[in-house]
Amino acid sequence: MKTLAELAQIREKMKDKVGIREGVNGIRIVVGMATCGIAAGARPVLNTLVEEVAKEDLSSAATVTQTGCIGICQYEPVVEVFEAGKEKVTYVKVTPDMAKRIVAEHIKGGKVVTEYTIGNYKI
Amino acid sequence: MIRAHVLLCAGTGCTSSGSAAVRSALAAELEKHGLTEEIKMVQTGCFGLCALGPIMIVYPEGIFYSRVTAEDIPEIVEEHLLKGRPVQRLVYNDPVVEGGEAASSLNETAFYKSQMRIALRNCGVIDPENIEEYIGRDGYAALGKCLTEMTPDEVIQLVLDSGIRGRGGAGFPTGLKWKFASGNRGNVQKYVCCNADEGDPGAFMDRSILEGDPHAVIEAMAIAGYAIGADQGYIYVRAEYPIAVQRLTTAINQAKEYGLLGKNIFGTDFSFDLDIRLGAGAFVCGEETALMTSIEGHRGEPRPRPPFPAVKGLFGKPTILNNVETYANIPQIIINGADWFKGIGTEKSHGTKVFALGGKITNTGLVEIPMGTPLRTIIEEIGGGIPNGKKFKAAQTGGPSGGCIPAELIDTPVDYDNLIAIGSMMGSGGLIVMDEDNCMVDIAKFFLGFTVDESCGKCTPCRVGTRRMLEILERITEGKGEEGDIEKLEELGNMIKATALCGLGQTAPNPVLSTIRYFRDEYEAHIREKRCPAGACKALAKITIDPEKCIGCSLCSRKCPVGAISGVIKSPYVIDQDKCIKCGVCLASCPKKAIVKK
Repeated sequence: MKTLAELAQIREKMKDKVGIREGVNGIRIVVGMATCGIAAGARPVLNTLVEEVAKEDLSSAATVTQTGCIGICQYEPVVEVFEAGKEKVTYVKVTPDMAKRIVAEHIKGGKVVTEYTIGNYKI
Repeated sequence: MIRAHVLLCAGTGCTSSGSAAVRSALAAELEKHGLTEEIKMVQTGCFGLCALGPIMIVYPEGIFYSRVTAEDIPEIVEEHLLKGRPVQRLVYNDPVVEGGEAASSLNETAFYKSQMRIALRNCGVIDPENIEEYIGRDGYAALGKCLTEMTPDEVIQLVLDSGIRGRGGAGFPTGLKWKFASGNRGNVQKYVCCNADEGDPGAFMDRSILEGDPHAVIEAMAIAGYAIGADQGYIYVRAEYPIAVQRLTTAINQAKEYGLLGKNIFGTDFSFDLDIRLGAGAFVCGEETALMTSIEGHRGEPRPRPPFPAVKGLFGKPTILNNVETYANIPQIIINGADWFKGIGTEKSHGTKVFALGGKITNTGLVEIPMGTPLRTIIEEIGGGIPNGKKFKAAQTGGPSGGCIPAELIDTPVDYDNLIAIGSMMGSGGLIVMDEDNCMVDIAKFFLGFTVDESCGKCTPCRVGTRRMLEILERITEGKGEEGDIEKLEELGNMIKATALCGLGQTAPNPVLSTIRYFRDEYEAHIREKRCPAGACKALAKITIDPEKCIGCSLCSRKCPVGAISGVIKSPYVIDQDKCIKCGVCLASCPKKAIVKK
């Protein structure tokens, strides 16, 4: 490497990677990852969320984390979205494909994907 | 795709408490659970809370684990990393906030809340062996800015304007040093040196910076080289810091590989190279002229100044020499500007200072605070107070060159001028806390003993004078002190201060003079009453058996290594004071606690 432009390139590339250590910021996307969640397929959902957030360049606006069992095991995988000043949104029975839409429409577009939320889930 | 980072401290503190075993256990567990693609393990430098090591932090949540052992790792991986349930029993429990939630994120703890990290900004955040992580935190951007947007004079002016003063102890304005060495650029060979010969007992700020963020020092030295027109730098680091040396070596090689050191950096005319010189651990080599003499390959001895290094330094050429912590501040000053730096701290002392907390304090470790923070905040809030409910007696700053701050001055805002005014000094940043069990005469004797051992012997005041002072102190602590000893100490001390050759000799009497200033009554108690008020001086202690409590079991007399205790079974025993060596074995053996030490 010899130029400033190349230095800037490495900086941009690394910023997101190191940025995770600044702690939780902005929107928190929390995936239930207790035994029930994992059994229902929460891991691919979690991984999809992480990938999509990175792909859409949302790393500085949203953080994907995990949590334990929140008590509604029959609805797992559960994904909850927390945003300061807004009501928590709970998505249930989430699949990797649904996760992609949640990131694209809710996290990026700011529009809750109402049909996936717990209120709209048809038992 | 990585979703979490596990940061594990690999500084000297945590390494000695076993972080290497934790690291390999973690690697094995991550492998076992197939998490290597999702979770990244990062070795970092010091987090500061060395007393609680090994330390581990999991991001993005920022969960802070302390005293982690290899046996805890399967549980952490399975519960936290896999299932998202932090292992509460290992989460650092902030002792100051009572009833607070255990899962406190790092920045909310009392230990970190009042801190401000500039020199330590990357310590415990990045992997020091990965240059790209440093670049990701704006690393080498300051060097880029200097080389492409600023003239060398502008760089010096910026450092001057920031008002930063040397963090190694004396507090000389860094910008001035650079300015003095800046003349005749391009026509003379010049050198940039880094003093990493951290010798004060109890101080480890520089080690932690070198271990946790070596590139910051490298970048700053290159900036200094550009500013004064030098193309070669030397880092003088002690061989007792093997981890620091290894990380520094790795970092220098990486910087060369990336073209950030070497010929024509960023395509400009500026070239700069860096080498490491290992010191064998002599205290005097931390003195600037002795350090340079040592780099030249000679025996490390100081020489008189002037000429100052800026005029005639290493190999007789103009040289600047700054301390590790000073350098670590420079890239941030270049990026954020002089006004930003001036906005931190007090009117005459800008920025922050790193302190190594040690002694009788709960949170032993490394802290960085804005200048002007009261000593009380450092000790009670950040340090977590004195353990075992004991009372704060004094704090020692500046190591063997400094002095003590007594309890009544605990509200003093800590900066260069305030500490000088009360007879101590900022020093390199060792801060040793003492409680009521510490004898101040004994402390003075300890520091003076250190200087006597480390005196290079070149000048008489330091070689002979400190030795005579130590002999008087030894007499006092053995109960053989005489009237007039205190005055003799003061006279000798002031004479050494006035006549010693180098800074180390000139400051060597400080621990004695400052303890006399604030604790004269303790010296007098030793001399006149042959009594140590703190009960620390062994020779003055008297161990006796309370005849009321003694049941005559004979246990103590059987344990006594010198046969000083005698008596008849079932009647009170007595200690022969002439034979007693005050070892204290009897104290521990008595079932009735009838033996007391005074």
